[in-house]
Amino acid sequence: MIPLSYYMILSAIVFVTGVVGVLIRRNIIMLLLSIELMLNATNINFVAFSYYLGNIAGQVFVFFALTVAAAEVAVGLAIIIALYRGKATVNVAELNLMKW
Amino acid sequence: MTIVSTADLLAILPELLVMAGGCLVLVLDPLTAKDRKDWLAYFSLAVLGAAFVVGYWFMGALTGSPRPAFSGLYVLDAYGAFWKLLLILVSGLVILLAKAHLKLEEIDLPEFYAFILLSLSGMMVMVSGTDLLVIYLGLELMSLSLYVMAGFKRYAPRSLEAAAKYFILGSFSSGILLYGISLLFGRTGSTTLAGIRDGIAGLPPGDPILLMAMGLLVVGFGFKVAAVPFHMWTPDVYEGSPTSVTAYMAVASKAASFAAFLRVFLEALGGIKESWRMLLVAVCIATMVLGNVVAIVQTNIKRMLAYSSIAHAGYALIGLVVADAAGTASVMLYLAIYAFMNLGAFAVVTMLRRGGLEGDEIDDFTGLARRNKWAALVMLLFMFSLAGIPPTAGFIAKFYIFMAAVGANMTGLAVIAVVFAAISAYFYLRVVMVMYMKEPGETAGTPGYDVRVVASPAAIAVLLVAALGVLILGVFPDPLIQAAQSAILPLK
Amino acid sequence: MTPDMVPANYLPIVIFMVVAAGFGIVSIAAGYLVRPSNPYKAKLAPYESGAPVFHDARTNIPMRYYIIAMLFVIFDIETVFIFPWAVIFNQLGLFGLIEMLLFIVILLVGYFYAWKKEALEWD
Repeated sequence: MIPLSYYMILSAIVFVTGVVGVLIRRNIIMLLLSIELMLNATNINFVAFSYYLGNIAGQVFVFFALTVAAAEVAVGLAIIIALYRGKATVNVAELNLMKW
Repeated sequence: MTIVSTADLLAILPELLVMAGGCLVLVLDPLTAKDRKDWLAYFSLAVLGAAFVVGYWFMGALTGSPRPAFSGLYVLDAYGAFWKLLLILVSGLVILLAKAHLKLEEIDLPEFYAFILLSLSGMMVMVSGTDLLVIYLGLELMSLSLYVMAGFKRYAPRSLEAAAKYFILGSFSSGILLYGISLLFGRTGSTTLAGIRDGIAGLPPGDPILLMAMGLLVVGFGFKVAAVPFHMWTPDVYEGSPTSVTAYMAVASKAASFAAFLRVFLEALGGIKESWRMLLVAVCIATMVLGNVVAIVQTNIKRMLAYSSIAHAGYALIGLVVADAAGTASVMLYLAIYAFMNLGAFAVVTMLRRGGLEGDEIDDFTGLARRNKWAALVMLLFMFSLAGIPPTAGFIAKFYIFMAAVGANMTGLAVIAVVFAAISAYFYLRVVMVMYMKEPGETAGTPGYDVRVVASPAAIAVLLVAALGVLILGVFPDPLIQAAQSAILPLK
Repeated sequence: MTPDMVPANYLPIVIFMVVAAGFGIVSIAAGYLVRPSNPYKAKLAPYESGAPVFHDARTNIPMRYYIIAMLFVIFDIETVFIFPWAVIFNQLGLFGLIEMLLFIVILLVGYFYAWKKEALEWD
């Protein structure tokens, strides 16, 4: 049996990849994908904990987290489309009308 | 197999009303003729009225023992009812304000009311959920609606930019929050607040994963309430969004986030109070310092109010750091009063027009007393209240927060807060100064540059409610204080 | 890596992977050795018959595509809830049916809105 800590390390690596992606990437689509990575790292955690604790609540949480992630992608894509129509860019460095 | 009882459904009646109302507005929007769209705003107000009545009835019936619903995922208690009434009231005022403001900005779309209702239902779920899953879903429903509302003026680059920044940083923070929840679940084996509390009691003190989960939750909620160092999104998003949306974000979303913040930290993480208290004291001081100091150099009133809202989050955090009955009651009192004064200040900004644009520079307030003495007078009232000058309600709010800190032997924190409250008077009174002590500039009368005040009956109604709220609660705050004290969380 | 990390249950999968890869490699190698080599221009074109290639396949995708994709994401994820519901439908009975109908109605509200706002028109 694979120890729980392996799953936790995997999910931590995926999560940190997502966080670093959000911090260093400049293309807003890549930011969206990095955020998805963070959410999926969470899902790995939930499923692993749920299996090892014998508690189904974690898997239920994954269902809802997946749905929320989908809704987030839809809203994010809508905002990116509107942004591209208005400013013809998907580069966050060019979002500089107001200082960050 | 019965899973849901009638009592459960009755417990979420206000939420169901608001959610169904939001969906109905979306369905009715394509079916209504163009010149009848105003009816959808009235319909939304009627829905809010119904929800308020039900919520008020709950509040009366509930003082005493909380009633769990949905097998412990949800609770019907006075704490939740207090916040719900406040949030419904704020949403109603924002709809009234928006009805006039959206027409001026030429973004008069009924979807706005649907988004207000949907985001309100998210907030209501958030303040009453006793399971982290339910709280997370409510938080996301609130945030997703707000992301769209921030970009509501979709042909204005600033509004789009605000929506993009809010979306990226907001979903980033909810990702962090979710990771914290997953670690908490792994360590305690439960996602309900009561289960987490029991799980923590069985863990050794200083468990590293538990502390990490706690830290991640602080980051997630810190983002939502705009506490330093997680405040970066606030000034840009507040400045870029349409002002009625900014008012809603600054008041309702902050109140709902604080409500959930308090419930999660006091009910679930009460066992490791000493660990999060140290962290939050640092966050709290940083928030008060940065918010008040940076607000001084702002030239845009919406940006200034954004930093002011960061600073107010710092004061309210004191109530959480204190973590006792007086602290909880003072946070509730603070945010209720803050709602009136901040909503009022933003309402004045929506009425100020420079050419076809919004007069959102502090310079646009120059000589306002000469142009429209009533607008200047209410703005003076709100600025005094935000600065915490008696006899306005802002003073009462700050007084109870500081007393709670002193009562819990945190006099140092109270002293720092008082010092920075005094500093904050500088930038609030500067607005008063330009309104009263200066003549309207030489641009007065120039077409396209002239600032004028556009008052509509709906906006005047909002201003009246806000101004009366600030005045009455300032002189006669006892009913609200008693309501807050009777609705505090049962501390364990 | 500890020995219990390589369960014997995975052995058939490893054999399967080796056979699959081997089949591919052997077939390609055999074809390479047996076939005559006679390249000419038409033979090197991406499609030996049919319309000639007229531009790069990587072009801008119309904005419409993203709007449809966005709607797809929303309606696609409902399966996550419908599937577990279907598995225990017999135990849930009438209550489950009503619950799922409510869920579908909420999705239909979104569908109705998108339809009426002409988000589904392709031009």
